[in-house]
Amino acid sequence: MLMYLKVFLVGGALCLIGELLVLLTKLTPARILVCYIIAGVLLSAVGLYKPLVDFAGAGATVPLTGFGHALCQGVKFSVQESGFIGAFTGGLSATAGGIAAAIFFGALVGLIFKPHSK
Amino acid sequence: MNKQRIHTDPQYYSRMTDKFSPPSKSGKCLFRAFWVGGLICVLGQAIADVGANLLKMSTRDASTLASITLVFLTAVLTGIGVFDKIGQYAGAGSFVPITGFANAMVSPALEFRREGLVLGLGAKLFTIAGPVLVYGIGTSVLVGMIYALFGL
Repeated sequence: MLMYLKVFLVGGALCLIGELLVLLTKLTPARILVCYIIAGVLLSAVGLYKPLVDFAGAGATVPLTGFGHALCQGVKFSVQESGFIGAFTGGLSATAGGIAAAIFFGALVGLIFKPHSK
Repeated sequence: MNKQRIHTDPQYYSRMTDKFSPPSKSGKCLFRAFWVGGLICVLGQAIADVGANLLKMSTRDASTLASITLVFLTAVLTGIGVFDKIGQYAGAGSFVPITGFANAMVSPALEFRREGLVLGLGAKLFTIAGPVLVYGIGTSVLVGMIYALFGL
């Protein structure tokens, strides 16, 4: 149960920072997502993000910084396995599931559902 | 020439709108983003736990299962028009988690479908996801090159 509390607090805090950026800087959501993924890759590269994932599980992996972390860890693993070529193969291999799911379900929903008036 | 000055400066405009926006709004926005975002992560953790404990998956596969399930749920909720409402309520609470990435793909695909299956649906899927992938993958390749060259 304690784990779920940690997940909630860390995940919530990462979203709160995002909302704070919206309110203070008037950055568009798209720019914030780009910032989050770059921040995730860089924090993971210098070893700061892994402890957060160990501490809060999905609280750290579900926000988009976690996507960046997965990219970085994938690259790190593949470079160890296969050298320089791993810099190109690692990121997408590690995140393939989420990306393919988003493409597949995105296209499927686009085909099946009708757009809604906003 | 006594024309009234018209302000076209966006900063002036935003100062003007700030003055008339209710002050308690940002606190409420932050709270909403916090609890909805936290809850989405809890749901992700619950799915990963089901994968790891009941379906005997590896930690990595369980985490991927959580991502795929959240993406699937977001796609359906976007399709039936519910996710937009969650987004309006929770702001960053809904777009910072992977649900935001999924919504950013599904929503334009849905909206631009009428422009055709190739350049409408197919291309617009990546309107927002495109930049995210470009900068995410780009940075990760750079990091990978540094690992490979300097060995960390």
